[in-house]
Amino acid sequence: MMKKYEILGSKDTRSGFGDALAELGNENPNIVALCADLTESLKMDKFASEHPDRFFQTGIAEANMICMAAGLTIGGKIPFTGTFANFSTARVYDQIRQSVAYSEKNVKICASHAGLTLGEDGATHQTLEDIGMMKMLPGMVVINPCDYNQTKAATRAVAEYVGPVYLRFGRPKVPVFIPEDMPFEIGKAVKLNEGKDVTIVATGHLVWEAVQAAEILEEKGISVDLINIHTIKPLDAAAIIDSVKVTGCIVTAEEHNIVGGLGESISSLLAQECPTPQEFVAVNDVFGESGTPARLMKKYHLDADAIVEKAEKVIARKNK
Amino acid sequence: MSKPTLKDICTQTRRDILRMITAVNSGHPGGALGCTEFMVALYHKIMEHNPNSWDPDGRDQDVFFLSNGHLSSVWYSVLARCGYFPVSELFTFRHINSRLQGHPTCHQGLEGIRMASGSLGQGLSVAIGTALAKKLNGDKHLVYTLHGDGEIQEGQIWEAVMYAGAKGVDNIIATIDANGCQIDGTTDQVLALGNLENKFKAFGWDVVPVGDGNDIEQVTFALGKAKALSGKGKPVVVLMKTMMGHGVDFMMHTHKWHGKAPSQEQLEIALAQNPETILGDY
Repeated sequence: MMKKYEILGSKDTRSGFGDALAELGNENPNIVALCADLTESLKMDKFASEHPDRFFQTGIAEANMICMAAGLTIGGKIPFTGTFANFSTARVYDQIRQSVAYSEKNVKICASHAGLTLGEDGATHQTLEDIGMMKMLPGMVVINPCDYNQTKAATRAVAEYVGPVYLRFGRPKVPVFIPEDMPFEIGKAVKLNEGKDVTIVATGHLVWEAVQAAEILEEKGISVDLINIHTIKPLDAAAIIDSVKVTGCIVTAEEHNIVGGLGESISSLLAQECPTPQEFVAVNDVFGESGTPARLMKKYHLDADAIVEKAEKVIARKNK
Repeated sequence: MSKPTLKDICTQTRRDILRMITAVNSGHPGGALGCTEFMVALYHKIMEHNPNSWDPDGRDQDVFFLSNGHLSSVWYSVLARCGYFPVSELFTFRHINSRLQGHPTCHQGLEGIRMASGSLGQGLSVAIGTALAKKLNGDKHLVYTLHGDGEIQEGQIWEAVMYAGAKGVDNIIATIDANGCQIDGTTDQVLALGNLENKFKAFGWDVVPVGDGNDIEQVTFALGKAKALSGKGKPVVVLMKTMMGHGVDFMMHTHKWHGKAPSQEQLEIALAQNPETILGDY
């Protein structure tokens, strides 16, 4: 029987970040935060009002913000930068590369409104390339939590971790289903269900879709080994290899370009360690567009139905 | 042994720069030679720092960031001769398995360097961050930077200039190496910088001009003046006119030596113009 996941509420992942940041601000005087004119969108307003001396409003100047954060680490501060995912990565890639990653600075780059679910603002703001860019940087930890509780736990975990981190979360309200007390371990996969016919690995907003897909598949008599990868880098290789050794096939699901995403990291791992038929639920190397998050996820085949379809396809390939 | 004068240190630094770059047939001699007096004055007369107990966090001491990282050779020489790392390590400059990378980095743990630089335009923002950390820590020490004048064509510089001015980050002293040259020609030919003094003032900075940045007395005096202006609500910039390639006659009055190594014969001529001092070659 598939493990049941109850919906505990409906909240945006960015609020998980904002609430954890406010808590951290009260607990650790070295936590500082910087924001490039998106304080409310990033849910950093609580931290900003409670700790005005440790909050730096940089204005619409993201390059300056990232390098200021790098400079703040010299003297023992733990800076969290906040802006939309597009402006947290593509706009400031060279700054992150030289002053954060190569310089090994303890900066937490916190990025909201990632992916298609940003919605109506359209493709200019819907970054689908950020995971790829960030995972290519040596030493960068890349985390994409799936709901409010996991984002809150992830934010607290990255504050403890010493080193550069990219923390990616989103705009819309989505189901909360990860228990509040589930520990968050960077680089450690979360097994959501044990199964034997197919492995489904999902990250971010696609995790809830994968849970629903697994329920649909179970009704069809297909047993799903369901894994939530919140840390795309470093990847929990053992969890994935152990799973495909049982199931013999895998579907990866993410709100990201097929190029450079989680699926690509996993196919690279499996090609080297354990060649396995794989299908990808991801954006197929195109830009997004305006629309409601739900309509976009349907149109670009990023929902539970798409995962079911790919699971059946990959099982058929395995059995050929 | 008698104590070396500042002039001795400058001459020996120039010899280091020329020998290091010639040995690997690569590097950037022009700007490094032009900023020798500045770097020597900063590390020997102006900054409070502690080479003998290296602290990457720079607590309770002044901190310097070289934003125009291609001037690495002068920085390495000055750091080594201050005692941050052995002078003999200058032999490894730009060689494989060296801590003395072509452009400076903290990646290999080289004492004295707290941030990688090379991709231009980032150092002022970094300095603001460290200056703010100092304020939060109640540390009254200052943060110094050096930038090329070509470098300030980068947009990020002006983001940082605007921030520091608007927010009154008054524990920063930035210096612009105004040699008027960049890779493709003079700054006027490439992209004219306009009236920098007025630009910085318009952004809320105090400006200290230096007429001859290759006169160590003038540089020391100007940096002292900048120090006196700090802590009064405004960031301070030193606009320092220098001569690219200073100290080597055939490298002056041209932009051609920005990123070119001298030949062995040219090195001999250049070293003859900068005779070995009591400090001795590395």
